[in-house]
Amino acid sequence: MTGRLPALTLAEARDGLKRKEFSARELIEAYIAAMERARPLNIFITETPERALEMARASDDRRARGSTRSLDGIPVAVKDLFCTKGVLTTAASHILDGFLPPYESTVTEKLWKSGAVLLGKTNCDEFAMGSSTTTSFYGPTLSPWRRPGDNRPLVAGGSSGGSAAAIAARAALGAVGTDTGGSIRQPASFCGIVGLKPSYGRCSRWGVVAYASSLDHPGPLARTVRDAAILLAAMAGHDPKDSTSAPLPVPDFEAALSGDIRGLRIGVPAEYRSSGMPAEIDALWEKGAGWLAAAGARVKEISLPMTRYALPAYYIIAPAEASSNLARYDGVRFGLRVDAGNIDEMYELTRAAGFGAEVRRRILIGTYVLSAGYYEAYYLKAQRVRALVAGDFRKAFETVDLILAPTAPSAAFAVGEKSKDPIAMYLNDVFTVTANLAGLPAISVPAGLSGDGLPLGLQLIGRAFDEETVFRAAGVLEDAAEFRHLPEFLAQDGR
Amino acid sequence: MALDKRTVARIASLARIRVEAEELEALAGELSQILAWVEELNAVDTRGVLPMASAAVSRLPMREDHVTDGGCREAILQNAPKSAKGFFVVPKVVE
Repeated sequence: MTGRLPALTLAEARDGLKRKEFSARELIEAYIAAMERARPLNIFITETPERALEMARASDDRRARGSTRSLDGIPVAVKDLFCTKGVLTTAASHILDGFLPPYESTVTEKLWKSGAVLLGKTNCDEFAMGSSTTTSFYGPTLSPWRRPGDNRPLVAGGSSGGSAAAIAARAALGAVGTDTGGSIRQPASFCGIVGLKPSYGRCSRWGVVAYASSLDHPGPLARTVRDAAILLAAMAGHDPKDSTSAPLPVPDFEAALSGDIRGLRIGVPAEYRSSGMPAEIDALWEKGAGWLAAAGARVKEISLPMTRYALPAYYIIAPAEASSNLARYDGVRFGLRVDAGNIDEMYELTRAAGFGAEVRRRILIGTYVLSAGYYEAYYLKAQRVRALVAGDFRKAFETVDLILAPTAPSAAFAVGEKSKDPIAMYLNDVFTVTANLAGLPAISVPAGLSGDGLPLGLQLIGRAFDEETVFRAAGVLEDAAEFRHLPEFLAQDGR
Repeated sequence: MALDKRTVARIASLARIRVEAEELEALAGELSQILAWVEELNAVDTRGVLPMASAAVSRLPMREDHVTDGGCREAILQNAPKSAKGFFVVPKVVE
Protein backbone atom coordinates (compact mmCIF):
# COMPACT_ATOMS: atom_id res chain seq x y z
CA MET A 1 0.00 0.00 0.00
CA THR A 2 2.79 2.40 0.87
CA GLY A 3 4.15 2.03 -2.68
CA ARG A 4 1.60 4.50 -3.97
CA LEU A 5 2.19 7.10 -1.23
CA PRO A 6 4.26 9.48 -3.41
CA ALA A 7 1.47 10.03 -5.92
CA LEU A 8 -1.19 10.85 -3.32
CA THR A 9 -2.43 14.39 -2.87
CA LEU A 10 -2.96 15.79 0.61
CA ALA A 11 -6.68 15.03 0.42
CA GLU A 12 -6.00 11.46 -0.75
CA ALA A 13 -3.41 10.89 1.97
CA ARG A 14 -5.86 12.21 4.54
CA ASP A 15 -8.50 9.78 3.30
CA GLY A 16 -5.99 6.90 3.16
CA LEU A 17 -5.03 7.55 6.77
CA LYS A 18 -8.70 7.62 7.68
CA ARG A 19 -9.23 4.24 6.04
CA LYS A 20 -6.10 2.96 7.86
CA GLU A 21 -4.46 1.99 4.56
CA PHE A 22 -1.21 3.29 6.04
CA SER A 23 -0.14 4.92 9.27
CA ALA A 24 1.03 8.47 9.88
CA ARG A 25 4.38 6.95 10.76
CA GLU A 26 4.66 5.28 7.35
CA LEU A 27 3.62 8.47 5.58
CA ILE A 28 6.04 10.63 7.56
CA GLU A 29 8.92 8.19 7.10
CA ALA A 30 8.36 8.33 3.34
CA TYR A 31 8.42 12.13 3.42
CA ILE A 32 11.49 12.31 5.65
CA ALA A 33 13.31 10.13 3.13
CA ALA A 34 12.03 12.37 0.33
CA MET A 35 13.18 15.49 2.15
CA GLU A 36 16.67 13.96 2.38
CA ARG A 37 16.71 13.04 -1.30
CA ALA A 38 15.70 16.58 -2.19
CA ARG A 39 18.76 18.11 -0.48
CA PRO A 40 20.49 19.01 -3.78
CA LEU A 41 17.69 21.54 -4.37
CA ASN A 42 18.38 23.34 -1.07
CA ILE A 43 14.70 23.45 -0.15
CA PHE A 44 14.97 23.26 3.62
CA ILE A 45 17.06 25.46 5.89
CA THR A 46 16.26 23.21 8.85
CA GLU A 47 14.95 19.64 8.75
CA THR A 48 13.08 18.41 11.81
CA PRO A 49 12.82 14.63 11.30
CA GLU A 50 12.85 13.66 15.00
CA ARG A 51 10.08 16.07 15.78
CA ALA A 52 8.16 14.84 12.72
CA LEU A 53 8.36 11.24 13.90
CA GLU A 54 7.24 12.25 17.38
CA MET A 55 4.28 14.16 15.94
CA ALA A 56 3.46 11.17 13.68
CA ARG A 57 3.44 8.87 16.69
CA ALA A 58 1.08 11.22 18.52
CA SER A 59 -1.14 11.32 15.44
CA ASP A 60 -1.30 7.53 15.18
CA ASP A 61 -2.14 7.40 18.90
CA ARG A 62 -4.99 9.85 18.43
CA ARG A 63 -6.32 7.86 15.52
CA ALA A 64 -6.16 4.65 17.55
CA ARG A 65 -8.21 6.42 20.22
CA GLY A 66 -10.67 7.56 17.58
CA SER A 67 -10.12 11.29 17.97
CA THR A 68 -8.65 12.54 14.71
CA ARG A 69 -8.30 16.05 13.37
CA SER A 70 -8.52 17.64 9.93
CA LEU A 71 -4.82 17.37 9.04
CA ASP A 72 -3.88 14.45 11.23
CA GLY A 73 -0.56 12.95 10.13
CA ILE A 74 -0.07 15.24 7.12
CA PRO A 75 3.58 16.30 6.50
CA VAL A 76 3.88 20.07 6.14
CA ALA A 77 6.82 22.30 5.21
CA VAL A 78 6.89 25.74 6.80
CA LYS A 79 8.56 28.83 5.36
CA ASP A 80 11.35 29.89 7.67
CA LEU A 81 9.55 33.14 8.36
CA PHE A 82 7.10 31.52 10.80
CA CYS A 83 8.36 31.32 14.37
CA THR A 84 8.42 27.75 15.59
CA LYS A 85 9.03 27.24 19.28
CA GLY A 86 12.51 25.89 19.95
CA VAL A 87 13.17 25.33 16.22
CA LEU A 88 15.69 27.58 14.45
CA THR A 89 13.89 30.43 12.65
CA THR A 90 16.07 32.54 10.36
CA ALA A 91 13.97 34.43 7.79
CA ALA A 92 16.86 33.23 5.57
CA SER A 93 18.97 36.02 7.07
CA HIS A 94 22.40 35.98 8.66
CA ILE A 95 21.12 38.49 11.21
CA LEU A 96 18.86 35.87 12.83
CA ASP A 97 21.71 33.42 13.37
CA GLY A 98 20.80 30.91 16.02
CA PHE A 99 17.37 32.39 16.81
CA LEU A 100 15.22 29.85 18.67
CA PRO A 101 11.80 31.44 19.13
CA PRO A 102 10.38 31.04 22.62
CA TYR A 103 6.88 31.01 21.08
CA GLU A 104 4.94 29.52 18.19
CA SER A 105 3.29 31.54 15.40
CA THR A 106 -0.51 31.41 15.45
CA VAL A 107 -0.73 29.86 11.98
CA THR A 108 1.67 27.02 12.77
CA GLU A 109 0.08 26.51 16.19
CA LYS A 110 -3.24 26.03 14.41
CA LEU A 111 -1.67 23.56 11.99
CA TRP A 112 -0.26 21.42 14.83
CA LYS A 113 -3.61 21.59 16.62
CA SER A 114 -5.15 20.24 13.41
CA GLY A 115 -2.76 17.30 13.59
CA ALA A 116 -0.31 18.40 10.88
CA VAL A 117 3.32 17.29 11.18
CA LEU A 118 6.29 19.65 10.80
CA LEU A 119 8.86 18.29 8.34
CA GLY A 120 11.13 21.30 8.35
CA LYS A 121 11.60 25.00 7.71
CA THR A 122 11.91 26.07 4.10
CA ASN A 123 14.24 28.45 2.36
CA CYS A 124 13.05 31.82 1.05
CA ASP A 125 14.38 35.17 -0.01
CA GLU A 126 15.97 37.00 2.91
CA PHE A 127 13.12 38.51 4.96
CA ALA A 128 10.85 37.52 2.04
CA MET A 129 12.39 40.28 -0.08
CA GLY A 130 12.71 38.86 -3.55
CA SER A 131 11.05 36.85 -6.29
CA SER A 132 13.52 34.02 -6.78
CA THR A 133 14.74 32.63 -3.42
CA THR A 134 18.24 33.69 -4.43
CA THR A 135 18.71 36.41 -1.80
CA SER A 136 18.74 33.81 0.99
CA PHE A 137 21.80 33.76 3.24
CA TYR A 138 21.57 29.98 2.87
CA GLY A 139 21.97 30.03 -0.91
CA PRO A 140 19.34 29.72 -3.64
CA THR A 141 16.64 27.06 -3.76
CA LEU A 142 16.66 25.33 -7.13
CA SER A 143 13.50 24.44 -8.95
CA PRO A 144 12.82 20.73 -9.47
CA TRP A 145 11.99 21.77 -13.06
CA ARG A 146 14.50 22.09 -15.90
CA ARG A 147 14.00 23.23 -19.45
CA PRO A 148 14.05 20.05 -21.52
CA GLY A 149 17.52 19.63 -23.01
CA ASP A 150 18.97 22.42 -20.88
CA ASN A 151 20.88 21.68 -17.71
CA ARG A 152 20.98 25.16 -16.23
CA PRO A 153 19.37 25.30 -12.79
CA LEU A 154 16.23 27.42 -12.61
CA VAL A 155 14.87 29.49 -9.75
CA ALA A 156 11.89 28.17 -7.80
CA GLY A 157 10.46 31.68 -7.68
CA GLY A 158 10.06 33.58 -4.46
CA SER A 159 10.00 34.56 -1.88
CA SER A 160 8.31 31.29 -0.77
CA GLY A 161 10.49 29.30 -3.18
CA GLY A 162 11.45 26.55 -0.73
CA SER A 163 7.81 25.88 0.13
CA ALA A 164 6.82 25.76 -3.56
CA ALA A 165 9.75 23.51 -4.51
CA ALA A 166 8.96 21.18 -1.59
CA ILE A 167 5.47 20.59 -2.98
CA ALA A 168 6.57 20.28 -6.62
CA ALA A 169 9.40 17.86 -5.78
CA ARG A 170 7.10 15.79 -3.54
CA ALA A 171 9.14 16.55 -0.46
CA ALA A 172 6.01 17.71 1.43
CA LEU A 173 2.24 17.29 1.06
CA GLY A 174 1.36 20.78 2.18
CA ALA A 175 3.32 23.96 2.73
CA VAL A 176 2.83 27.41 4.17
CA GLY A 177 4.32 30.58 2.84
CA THR A 178 3.77 34.30 2.97
CA ASP A 179 2.80 36.63 0.15
CA THR A 180 3.64 40.34 0.36
CA GLY A 181 3.73 41.15 -3.37
CA GLY A 182 3.25 37.72 -4.97
CA SER A 183 5.54 35.53 -2.87
CA ILE A 184 3.15 32.56 -2.73
CA ARG A 185 1.54 32.83 -6.17
CA GLN A 186 4.64 33.49 -8.30
CA PRO A 187 6.66 30.51 -6.95
CA ALA A 188 3.51 28.37 -7.26
CA SER A 189 3.29 29.40 -10.92
CA PHE A 190 7.02 28.72 -11.49
CA CYS A 191 6.84 25.27 -9.85
CA GLY A 192 3.55 24.07 -11.37
CA ILE A 193 1.57 23.94 -8.13
CA VAL A 194 -1.32 25.77 -6.42
CA GLY A 195 -0.70 28.75 -4.14
CA LEU A 196 -3.24 30.97 -2.42
CA LYS A 197 -2.94 34.37 -0.83
CA PRO A 198 -6.06 34.76 1.32
CA SER A 199 -7.77 38.04 2.21
CA TYR A 200 -5.83 40.39 4.47
CA GLY A 201 -6.73 39.43 8.03
CA ARG A 202 -7.87 35.88 7.19
CA CYS A 203 -4.68 34.33 8.62
CA SER A 204 -2.98 35.79 11.65
CA ARG A 205 0.43 37.37 11.20
CA TRP A 206 1.33 36.84 14.85
CA GLY A 207 4.70 35.16 15.11
CA VAL A 208 5.50 35.66 11.43
CA VAL A 209 8.71 37.59 10.88
CA ALA A 210 7.44 40.91 9.56
CA TYR A 211 8.46 42.35 6.20
CA ALA A 212 5.70 44.84 5.32
CA SER A 213 2.92 44.42 7.88
CA SER A 214 0.07 45.93 5.86
CA LEU A 215 0.90 43.68 2.88
CA ASP A 216 2.10 40.41 4.46
CA HIS A 217 -0.34 37.50 4.03
CA PRO A 218 0.30 33.95 5.28
CA GLY A 219 -1.21 31.31 2.98
CA PRO A 220 -1.00 27.72 1.73
CA LEU A 221 0.87 26.05 -1.14
CA ALA A 222 -0.22 22.61 -2.30
CA ARG A 223 -0.52 20.23 -5.22
CA THR A 224 -4.22 20.81 -5.81
CA VAL A 225 -6.90 23.39 -5.19
CA ARG A 226 -8.63 21.00 -2.77
CA ASP A 227 -5.40 20.56 -0.80
CA ALA A 228 -5.01 24.34 -0.56
CA ALA A 229 -8.61 24.65 0.68
CA ILE A 230 -8.02 22.03 3.39
CA LEU A 231 -4.82 23.77 4.53
CA LEU A 232 -6.37 27.24 4.59
CA ALA A 233 -9.26 26.03 6.75
CA ALA A 234 -6.72 24.89 9.34
CA MET A 235 -4.60 28.05 9.16
CA ALA A 236 -7.33 30.70 9.15
CA GLY A 237 -9.32 32.36 11.88
CA HIS A 238 -9.48 35.35 14.18
CA ASP A 239 -6.53 35.89 16.49
CA PRO A 240 -6.71 38.47 19.28
CA LYS A 241 -2.90 38.67 19.16
CA ASP A 242 -3.01 40.25 15.67
CA SER A 243 -5.05 43.45 15.76
CA THR A 244 -5.52 43.28 11.97
CA SER A 245 -6.88 39.74 12.11
CA ALA A 246 -10.50 39.63 10.91
CA PRO A 247 -13.12 38.65 13.51
CA LEU A 248 -14.99 36.51 10.99
CA PRO A 249 -15.96 32.83 11.01
CA VAL A 250 -13.96 30.44 8.82
CA PRO A 251 -16.10 28.79 6.13
CA ASP A 252 -15.67 25.17 5.05
CA PHE A 253 -13.51 25.97 2.02
CA GLU A 254 -13.41 22.38 0.81
CA ALA A 255 -17.20 22.30 0.64
CA ALA A 256 -17.05 25.29 -1.72
CA LEU A 257 -15.54 23.07 -4.43
CA SER A 258 -18.87 22.28 -6.06
CA GLY A 259 -17.54 22.48 -9.60
CA ASP A 260 -20.52 24.64 -10.52
CA ILE A 261 -19.66 28.12 -11.81
CA ARG A 262 -22.69 28.60 -14.03
CA GLY A 263 -23.60 32.26 -14.18
CA LEU A 264 -20.44 33.42 -12.40
CA ARG A 265 -19.19 36.70 -13.84
CA ILE A 266 -15.47 36.70 -14.62
CA GLY A 267 -13.61 39.92 -15.42
CA VAL A 268 -10.54 40.08 -17.63
CA PRO A 269 -8.65 43.33 -16.96
CA ALA A 270 -7.67 45.07 -20.20
CA GLU A 271 -4.73 46.86 -18.56
CA TYR A 272 -2.95 43.60 -17.72
CA ARG A 273 -2.42 43.03 -21.43
CA SER A 274 -0.54 46.19 -22.22
CA SER A 275 2.74 45.61 -20.43
CA GLY A 276 4.63 43.79 -23.18
CA MET A 277 3.32 40.39 -22.21
CA PRO A 278 4.78 37.33 -23.99
CA ALA A 279 2.37 35.89 -26.57
CA GLU A 280 2.29 32.45 -24.93
CA ILE A 281 1.06 33.92 -21.65
CA ASP A 282 -1.56 35.94 -23.43
CA ALA A 283 -2.66 32.76 -25.24
CA LEU A 284 -2.87 30.77 -22.00
CA TRP A 285 -4.91 33.54 -20.41
CA GLU A 286 -7.30 33.43 -23.35
CA LYS A 287 -7.53 29.66 -23.01
CA GLY A 288 -8.32 29.99 -19.30
CA ALA A 289 -11.13 32.42 -20.04
CA GLY A 290 -12.44 29.91 -22.59
CA TRP A 291 -12.41 27.09 -20.03
CA LEU A 292 -14.39 29.15 -17.53
CA ALA A 293 -16.85 30.21 -20.23
CA ALA A 294 -17.29 26.59 -21.32
CA ALA A 295 -18.20 25.75 -17.71
CA GLY A 296 -20.98 28.32 -17.81
CA ALA A 297 -19.28 31.47 -16.51
CA ARG A 298 -19.78 34.80 -18.23
CA VAL A 299 -16.45 36.35 -19.15
CA LYS A 300 -16.20 40.07 -19.86
CA GLU A 301 -13.50 42.66 -20.18
CA ILE A 302 -13.08 45.06 -17.27
CA SER A 303 -10.84 48.01 -16.56
CA LEU A 304 -8.35 48.43 -13.70
CA PRO A 305 -6.81 51.74 -14.79
CA MET A 306 -4.33 52.04 -11.91
CA THR A 307 -2.64 48.70 -12.64
CA ARG A 308 0.62 50.14 -13.93
CA TYR A 309 1.06 52.27 -10.82
CA ALA A 310 0.58 49.42 -8.36
CA LEU A 311 4.15 48.15 -8.56
CA PRO A 312 5.89 51.50 -8.05
CA ALA A 313 3.50 52.22 -5.14
CA TYR A 314 4.39 48.83 -3.67
CA TYR A 315 8.10 49.61 -3.94
CA ILE A 316 7.60 52.66 -1.76
CA ILE A 317 5.17 51.23 0.78
CA ALA A 318 6.84 47.84 1.31
CA PRO A 319 10.37 49.22 1.84
CA ALA A 320 8.97 51.94 4.12
CA GLU A 321 7.28 49.36 6.34
CA ALA A 322 10.35 47.13 6.12
CA SER A 323 12.70 49.87 7.27
CA SER A 324 10.54 50.29 10.35
CA ASN A 325 9.98 46.55 11.00
CA LEU A 326 13.62 45.64 10.57
CA ALA A 327 14.79 48.28 13.05
CA ARG A 328 14.46 45.58 15.71
CA TYR A 329 17.55 43.71 14.43
CA ASP A 330 20.08 45.57 16.49
CA GLY A 331 22.29 42.87 17.97
CA VAL A 332 20.83 43.32 21.45
CA ARG A 333 18.02 40.84 21.95
CA PHE A 334 18.53 38.06 19.44
CA GLY A 335 20.61 36.90 16.50
CA LEU A 336 23.90 38.24 15.27
CA ARG A 337 26.00 40.81 17.11
CA VAL A 338 29.21 42.39 15.91
CA ASP A 339 30.97 43.79 18.95
CA ALA A 340 32.21 47.35 18.91
CA GLY A 341 33.42 50.03 21.30
CA ASN A 342 30.14 51.97 21.44
CA ILE A 343 26.51 51.13 20.92
CA ASP A 344 25.97 53.04 17.65
CA GLU A 345 28.94 51.34 16.07
CA MET A 346 27.65 47.99 17.32
CA TYR A 347 24.27 48.63 15.67
CA GLU A 348 25.86 49.75 12.41
CA LEU A 349 28.37 46.92 12.15
CA THR A 350 25.84 44.27 13.19
CA ARG A 351 23.32 45.42 10.60
CA ALA A 352 25.98 45.81 7.89
CA ALA A 353 27.17 42.24 8.50
CA GLY A 354 23.72 40.74 9.04
CA PHE A 355 21.67 42.07 6.12
CA GLY A 356 22.21 41.04 2.50
CA ALA A 357 22.34 43.44 -0.45
CA GLU A 358 18.61 43.40 -1.32
CA VAL A 359 17.48 43.85 2.28
CA ARG A 360 19.93 46.71 2.73
CA ARG A 361 18.67 48.30 -0.48
CA ARG A 362 15.06 48.17 0.68
CA ILE A 363 15.83 49.44 4.17
CA LEU A 364 17.67 52.40 2.68
CA ILE A 365 14.89 53.19 0.19
CA GLY A 366 12.35 52.88 3.01
CA THR A 367 14.35 55.10 5.32
CA TYR A 368 14.64 57.70 2.57
CA VAL A 369 10.95 57.82 1.66
CA LEU A 370 10.00 58.15 5.33
CA SER A 371 12.61 60.81 6.09
CA ALA A 372 11.73 64.43 6.76
CA GLY A 373 10.95 66.29 3.55
CA TYR A 374 10.20 63.18 1.47
CA TYR A 375 7.40 61.56 3.47
CA GLU A 376 4.63 63.44 1.68
CA ALA A 377 6.15 63.22 -1.82
CA TYR A 378 6.83 59.49 -1.72
CA TYR A 379 5.13 57.66 1.13
CA LEU A 380 1.80 59.48 1.34
CA LYS A 381 1.66 59.67 -2.46
CA ALA A 382 2.09 55.89 -2.66
CA GLN A 383 -0.62 55.36 -0.04
CA ARG A 384 -2.98 57.55 -2.06
CA VAL A 385 -2.23 55.51 -5.18
CA ARG A 386 -2.87 52.40 -3.10
CA ALA A 387 -6.34 53.74 -2.30
CA LEU A 388 -6.96 54.21 -6.02
CA VAL A 389 -5.80 50.65 -6.80
CA ALA A 390 -8.21 49.32 -4.17
CA GLY A 391 -10.92 51.57 -5.61
CA ASP A 392 -10.39 50.05 -9.07
CA PHE A 393 -11.15 46.62 -7.64
CA ARG A 394 -14.17 47.84 -5.69
CA LYS A 395 -15.61 49.23 -8.86
CA ALA A 396 -14.81 46.12 -10.89
CA PHE A 397 -16.49 43.86 -8.33
CA GLU A 398 -19.73 45.75 -8.83
CA THR A 399 -20.05 44.01 -12.19
CA VAL A 400 -17.99 40.80 -11.84
CA ASP A 401 -17.53 38.11 -9.17
CA LEU A 402 -13.92 37.18 -9.97
CA ILE A 403 -10.99 38.45 -11.98
CA LEU A 404 -8.85 36.18 -14.18
CA ALA A 405 -5.26 37.15 -14.96
CA PRO A 406 -1.87 35.56 -15.53
CA THR A 407 0.13 34.98 -12.34
CA ALA A 408 3.53 36.09 -13.58
CA PRO A 409 4.89 37.72 -16.74
CA SER A 410 7.21 34.78 -17.47
CA ALA A 411 8.05 31.19 -16.61
CA ALA A 412 10.95 30.42 -14.24
CA PHE A 413 14.30 31.93 -15.21
CA ALA A 414 17.82 30.67 -14.62
CA VAL A 415 19.56 31.26 -11.30
CA GLY A 416 21.47 34.54 -11.55
CA GLU A 417 19.63 35.67 -14.68
CA LYS A 418 17.90 38.71 -13.18
CA SER A 419 19.96 39.40 -10.10
CA LYS A 420 22.00 42.23 -11.67
CA ASP A 421 19.05 44.56 -12.19
CA PRO A 422 16.75 45.08 -9.18
CA ILE A 423 13.92 46.54 -11.24
CA ALA A 424 13.90 43.59 -13.69
CA MET A 425 13.44 41.35 -10.64
CA TYR A 426 10.71 43.61 -9.21
CA LEU A 427 8.68 43.29 -12.45
CA ASN A 428 7.96 39.63 -11.58
CA ASP A 429 5.27 40.93 -9.24
CA VAL A 430 3.45 43.09 -11.77
CA PHE A 431 0.29 40.93 -11.88
CA THR A 432 0.26 39.81 -8.26
CA VAL A 433 1.01 42.95 -6.27
CA THR A 434 -2.37 44.60 -6.87
CA ALA A 435 -4.16 41.99 -4.72
CA ASN A 436 -1.75 42.66 -1.85
CA LEU A 437 -2.34 46.41 -1.97
CA ALA A 438 -6.12 45.81 -1.93
CA GLY A 439 -6.00 42.87 0.52
CA LEU A 440 -7.98 40.56 -1.80
CA PRO A 441 -7.84 36.75 -1.98
CA ALA A 442 -6.00 35.42 -5.04
CA ILE A 443 -4.93 31.97 -6.15
CA SER A 444 -2.49 30.67 -8.75
CA VAL A 445 -3.43 27.45 -10.54
CA PRO A 446 -1.05 25.60 -12.90
CA ALA A 447 -2.60 25.95 -16.33
CA GLY A 448 -0.07 24.98 -18.99
CA LEU A 449 3.54 24.85 -20.13
CA SER A 450 5.61 27.57 -21.74
CA GLY A 451 7.25 27.06 -25.12
CA ASP A 452 10.38 25.87 -23.32
CA GLY A 453 8.49 23.32 -21.26
CA LEU A 454 8.04 25.15 -17.94
CA PRO A 455 4.86 25.61 -15.87
CA LEU A 456 2.73 28.72 -16.17
CA GLY A 457 -0.01 29.66 -13.74
CA LEU A 458 -3.26 31.54 -14.05
CA GLN A 459 -4.54 33.72 -11.25
CA LEU A 460 -8.04 34.26 -9.92
CA ILE A 461 -8.69 37.28 -7.69
CA GLY A 462 -11.86 37.52 -5.61
CA ARG A 463 -13.73 39.87 -3.33
CA ALA A 464 -12.38 40.33 0.19
CA PHE A 465 -13.25 37.27 2.31
CA ASP A 466 -14.81 35.47 -0.61
CA GLU A 467 -12.17 32.73 -0.80
CA GLU A 468 -15.01 30.27 -1.40
CA THR A 469 -15.77 31.64 -4.86
CA VAL A 470 -12.05 31.81 -5.60
CA PHE A 471 -11.67 28.13 -4.68
CA ARG A 472 -14.79 27.12 -6.58
CA ALA A 473 -13.67 28.67 -9.86
CA ALA A 474 -10.04 27.58 -9.27
CA GLY A 475 -11.28 24.00 -9.03
CA VAL A 476 -13.00 24.35 -12.40
CA LEU A 477 -9.88 25.91 -13.93
CA GLU A 478 -7.76 23.08 -12.53
CA ASP A 479 -10.04 20.39 -13.94
CA ALA A 480 -10.14 22.05 -17.35
CA ALA A 481 -6.37 22.63 -17.52
CA GLU A 482 -5.62 19.00 -16.66
CA PHE A 483 -2.07 19.93 -15.73
CA ARG A 484 -0.41 16.53 -15.23
CA HIS A 485 3.17 17.48 -16.06
CA LEU A 486 5.83 16.52 -13.56
CA PRO A 487 9.18 18.18 -12.92
CA GLU A 488 12.44 16.54 -13.87
CA PHE A 489 13.36 15.96 -10.24
CA LEU A 490 11.03 14.07 -7.91
CA ALA A 491 12.12 13.21 -4.38
CA GLN A 492 9.84 10.18 -4.52
CA ASP A 493 8.61 8.64 -7.71
CA GLY A 494 5.13 7.24 -7.97
CA ARG A 495 4.03 8.24 -11.44
CA MET B 1 15.48 62.25 -7.97
CA ALA B 2 19.13 61.27 -8.12
CA LEU B 3 20.74 60.63 -4.76
CA ASP B 4 24.32 61.74 -4.20
CA LYS B 5 26.86 59.93 -2.07
CA ARG B 6 26.35 62.32 0.82
CA THR B 7 22.61 61.61 0.92
CA VAL B 8 23.18 57.86 0.82
CA ALA B 9 25.64 58.16 3.71
CA ARG B 10 23.05 60.15 5.67
CA ILE B 11 20.28 57.58 5.03
CA ALA B 12 22.61 54.74 5.95
CA SER B 13 23.43 56.48 9.19
CA LEU B 14 19.70 57.03 9.91
CA ALA B 15 19.13 53.31 9.22
CA ARG B 16 22.13 52.38 11.39
CA ILE B 17 23.77 50.36 8.64
CA ARG B 18 27.50 50.90 8.10
CA VAL B 19 28.20 51.52 4.42
CA GLU B 20 31.86 51.76 3.47
CA ALA B 21 32.92 54.87 1.52
CA GLU B 22 33.83 52.86 -1.58
CA GLU B 23 30.31 51.36 -1.73
CA LEU B 24 28.50 54.71 -1.72
CA GLU B 25 28.86 55.48 -5.41
CA ALA B 26 27.36 52.18 -6.65
CA LEU B 27 24.62 52.27 -4.03
CA ALA B 28 23.70 55.85 -4.96
CA GLY B 29 23.30 54.67 -8.56
CA GLU B 30 21.05 51.74 -7.64
CA LEU B 31 18.86 53.74 -5.29
CA SER B 32 18.53 56.60 -7.78
CA GLN B 33 17.43 54.15 -10.44
CA ILE B 34 14.70 52.77 -8.16
CA LEU B 35 13.57 56.25 -7.15
CA ALA B 36 13.42 57.38 -10.78
CA TRP B 37 11.19 54.40 -11.50
CA VAL B 38 8.78 54.96 -8.58
CA GLU B 39 8.47 58.62 -9.55
CA GLU B 40 6.13 57.38 -12.27
CA LEU B 41 3.53 57.91 -9.54
CA ASN B 42 3.75 61.66 -10.05
CA ALA B 43 1.66 61.15 -13.18
CA VAL B 44 -1.31 60.07 -11.04
CA ASP B 45 -3.77 62.71 -9.92
CA THR B 46 -4.33 61.95 -6.23
CA ARG B 47 -5.95 65.21 -5.20
CA GLY B 48 -8.61 64.57 -2.58
CA VAL B 49 -7.65 60.89 -2.19
CA LEU B 50 -7.10 59.75 1.37
CA PRO B 51 -3.93 57.69 1.98
CA MET B 52 -4.66 54.00 2.51
CA ALA B 53 -2.55 52.52 5.27
CA SER B 54 -4.10 49.08 5.45
CA ALA B 55 -6.73 46.75 4.02
CA ALA B 56 -7.72 45.56 7.49
CA VAL B 57 -11.48 45.25 7.91
CA SER B 58 -11.82 46.01 11.59
CA ARG B 59 -10.94 49.10 13.51
CA LEU B 60 -8.23 48.77 16.08
CA PRO B 61 -9.83 46.55 18.73
CA MET B 62 -9.87 47.58 22.39
CA ARG B 63 -9.49 45.23 25.32
CA GLU B 64 -9.32 45.38 29.09
CA ASP B 65 -6.01 46.82 30.27
CA HIS B 66 -4.59 43.84 32.11
CA VAL B 67 -1.54 41.63 31.78
CA THR B 68 -2.10 38.71 29.38
CA ASP B 69 1.42 37.39 29.12
CA GLY B 70 4.77 37.75 30.82
CA GLY B 71 6.87 36.43 33.66
CA CYS B 72 9.17 34.71 31.21
CA ARG B 73 12.42 36.62 31.53
CA GLU B 74 14.58 33.59 30.96
CA ALA B 75 12.79 32.66 27.75
CA ILE B 76 13.21 36.21 26.49
CA LEU B 77 16.90 36.38 27.39
CA GLN B 78 17.77 32.99 25.98
CA ASN B 79 18.36 34.46 22.51
CA ALA B 80 20.38 37.46 23.69
CA PRO B 81 23.93 37.60 22.30
CA LYS B 82 24.96 38.88 25.74
CA SER B 83 23.07 38.93 29.01
CA ALA B 84 23.91 39.12 32.68
CA LYS B 85 21.88 38.98 35.90
CA GLY B 86 18.59 38.96 34.02
CA PHE B 87 19.41 41.88 31.72
CA PHE B 88 20.52 42.45 28.13
CA VAL B 89 24.09 43.68 27.98
CA VAL B 90 25.13 46.43 25.55
CA PRO B 91 28.28 48.54 25.24
CA LYS B 92 28.45 51.36 27.78
CA VAL B 93 26.17 54.23 26.74
CA VAL B 94 26.65 56.81 29.53
CA GLU B 95 30.13 58.17 30.14
